[in-house]
Amino acid sequence: MTMDLLDELEARSVAILREAYFRVSPLCMLWSMGKDSTALLWLARKAFFGSVPFPVVLLDTGMELPEVYEFRDAIAQEWNLELHNEDCPPESEIDPTLPPATRAAARKTAGLRALVERHGYRGVIAGIRRDEQATRAKERVFSPRAADGSWDVVRQPPELWDVYHTEIPDGAHLRIHPLLHWTETDIWRYTQRENIPIVPLYLARNGKRYRSLGEKNITVPIDSDAATIDEIIAELVSTKSPERAGRIMDHESEDAFERLRTGGYM
Amino acid sequence: MPKPQLRVVTVGHVDHGKSTLIGRLLHDTGNLLDGKADELRAISERRGVPFEWSFVLDALQSERDQAITIDTTRIWMHLGEREIVLIDAPGHEEFLRNMVTGASDADAALLVVDAAEGVSEQTRRHALLLELIGIRQVVVAINKMDRVGHKRNAYEAVRAELEPLLARIGVAPTAVVPIAARDGDNIAAQSKAMPWYTGPTIVETLAAMEPIRRHDGAELRMAVQGVVRRGTDRIVVGRIEAGSLGVGDEVVLSPGARIARVKSLESWPGPAKGRAQAGESVGFTLDLPLFIERGDIVSNAAAMPGSTTLFRARLLWLGRRPLEVRDRLRMRIGTRLAHVQVEALERGVDITTLEPHDATNAQRNDVAEVVFRSRESLALDTIDEHPGLARLILIDGLEIVAGGTILASFPSTDPSHIVPVGHLLNREARAARNGHCGAVIWMTGLPAAGKSTIAMQLERRLHERGVQSYVLDGDNLRTGLCRDLGFSDRDRSENIRRVGEVATLFGDAGQVAIAAFISPSRADRDVARRSAGDLFHEVFVKADVSVCEARDPKGHYAQARAGEIPGFTGITGEYEEPLAPNLVLDTEHLSLDDAVSTLFHYVMEQIIAVPSPARSFAVH
Repeated sequence: MTMDLLDELEARSVAILREAYFRVSPLCMLWSMGKDSTALLWLARKAFFGSVPFPVVLLDTGMELPEVYEFRDAIAQEWNLELHNEDCPPESEIDPTLPPATRAAARKTAGLRALVERHGYRGVIAGIRRDEQATRAKERVFSPRAADGSWDVVRQPPELWDVYHTEIPDGAHLRIHPLLHWTETDIWRYTQRENIPIVPLYLARNGKRYRSLGEKNITVPIDSDAATIDEIIAELVSTKSPERAGRIMDHESEDAFERLRTGGYM
Repeated sequence: MPKPQLRVVTVGHVDHGKSTLIGRLLHDTGNLLDGKADELRAISERRGVPFEWSFVLDALQSERDQAITIDTTRIWMHLGEREIVLIDAPGHEEFLRNMVTGASDADAALLVVDAAEGVSEQTRRHALLLELIGIRQVVVAINKMDRVGHKRNAYEAVRAELEPLLARIGVAPTAVVPIAARDGDNIAAQSKAMPWYTGPTIVETLAAMEPIRRHDGAELRMAVQGVVRRGTDRIVVGRIEAGSLGVGDEVVLSPGARIARVKSLESWPGPAKGRAQAGESVGFTLDLPLFIERGDIVSNAAAMPGSTTLFRARLLWLGRRPLEVRDRLRMRIGTRLAHVQVEALERGVDITTLEPHDATNAQRNDVAEVVFRSRESLALDTIDEHPGLARLILIDGLEIVAGGTILASFPSTDPSHIVPVGHLLNREARAARNGHCGAVIWMTGLPAAGKSTIAMQLERRLHERGVQSYVLDGDNLRTGLCRDLGFSDRDRSENIRRVGEVATLFGDAGQVAIAAFISPSRADRDVARRSAGDLFHEVFVKADVSVCEARDPKGHYAQARAGEIPGFTGITGEYEEPLAPNLVLDTEHLSLDDAVSTLFHYVMEQIIAVPSPARSFAVH
């Protein structure tokens, strides 16, 4: 029996998660309750035979949709997660030169920086993908961050084959990206195959659904009649609009998202 | 379900039009997202520059400002059922590390050459790096044909220059396609301007390429990532590089040739399969409690990787300072971290002719062949045998300074890496069964220096790690084997001789014999050393006599001072310190825990590595 595309993607992600676990400590995983980081949690359970051997962190702005919080509580209990809810600093503490929605998103950057500092994390696992956004396409699987969380995108270290480099200076940390090689469609196909639970907001009701789930103040649903995962996959195969079109912060200025990410955003 | 994706890296000189080719390719195959072209036209207008297809890829502000690609990036596209990931790698010399990063994840390469400028140094350098990385499927796109009037002889001239160079590094291009990326000629549709060209378009060549596959049928290889504990189960995890693994299979862990059978394959959520194949990330348990380390290589006994401390590698040197003979570096290979030293710099490659030449050092961005000696014994495959386990990075301080591949490994002079499966029992077979080699750990030192205390704790720690170990001390020998002996000089020498013989038998039987004896005479210890041969490790438990006398747990020093014990070592008898002990434990300055740990790690290192003459840690 040969491995299909999903088997191949899964095997690679599991191997990355295990490398992270055996080489980087202390370690935590970010969970936004979105489809990607929930699939990532599922992969972590696969990698470690049912349990997740590191804390799972929600960077909480208090602005998630109510269905998202319900989902968090149900899954955290059912999957027996070591959940850490990190409250992000208020918007008044964020760089005022950023455009409004970007500033709202940057609260998570600030929350993450505080979290890493307080717990001394050397590794933060995040469920970003290269196909989501152009600066994410340039990411490494093991991506170093300076002590202030910033990303030096122009001077990234080489990353050769799957021989990962994990040595970093004191105070710095690694962002670890096990889903970098997946696409949006891959995630949905995998979610369906593995029967992974999702926040119901992804499925269309009254002609609208969320394609990408963000905070309620900076995310808008798209027009869609896709009420099942099958229909979502069919929609994605034919659509030519970008996944993060509903994320206001990505589009405020040409380099809005690049500024967010070099500052330490996921 | 779509077919596994194909990853294609675009390489070539910085100005030869790689990003333009990708932008045009996406557009002509209907893979550009809605609004993208408009967004980029708007950006071009705002900046007052002509519209460039390459803006599709140059995502960073600094990239668009400078109109160059700084870092590798990826673009997904679909050609029918096939998903293709295009990896755009920067051509600029300064960003070679990023080019290699992008290329190291690719199945195939698209090498772009400017029809007017022809082959440049960067073209050659990139071709050479494709070979180093292991990419064999290469398509050449001769771009900007519009600049040379779409003329066939211009195309043929570049082709005649390029093909012999590629042949020199063992690459035969799948196709050499004349294109004009800006206009879309020969990208998705046959060019009307070049009717003389009847070969495939870029899209057709992409559709015909295949992803690199792992070898399902070949011999088993898996690098151990670690051991996951679940209750009392110890689950060995890793990704199978080649071959397959099933319940009941006999597997060997190298180096050190430890053998066990696969008891179960583990997976969540169940049920577990009976057999797993190349490419899968697996977990399994073994029927024996072997000592298993991250970095071990799992294989079958019939086809094990060679164990060695000497090997040749081809490197791309990325360090800021040149690489020189005797440099010490750390090396990651498979899941292993090893310490290596440059034994010899054999040759470099001339970037103009791609011919090898002698070299005494390697400068940044040079490709060189280097012989390394490793401190640890390594189970190595070569790039031709198992590419996935023959790729390495070198680290200096915290920085990656090279990437490379293993070209050859020179077998250790010690033949013990060959497991004599089915042969008569010998030392290696016992080691394979125990998961470790035998050894004689000879602990010498003054009375009350700490020998017995350390020996007992060492025995327990080794036992906990599944190592067969046994402490020989005065009490368990003097009451039996040596009960005919007294305390004359002659009897004391005979006592030590017998201890040496017994310890040798234990060691030969595959056990770690820990002999804790004052053994003050150098000559007596030499007798034991000769008996045990290469199993012998002399450990000097060192403490000044005044410290030992202050400890005096049994009151022997006091008795000796009172003249009650004649010839008491340290007071009335001489102690001859070892001249070249394998390990010194200074118990005046080390805590008991630290002394035990130091010794424990020393012993593990000796017995897990292949048996070889006792030697110190230093790399010579």
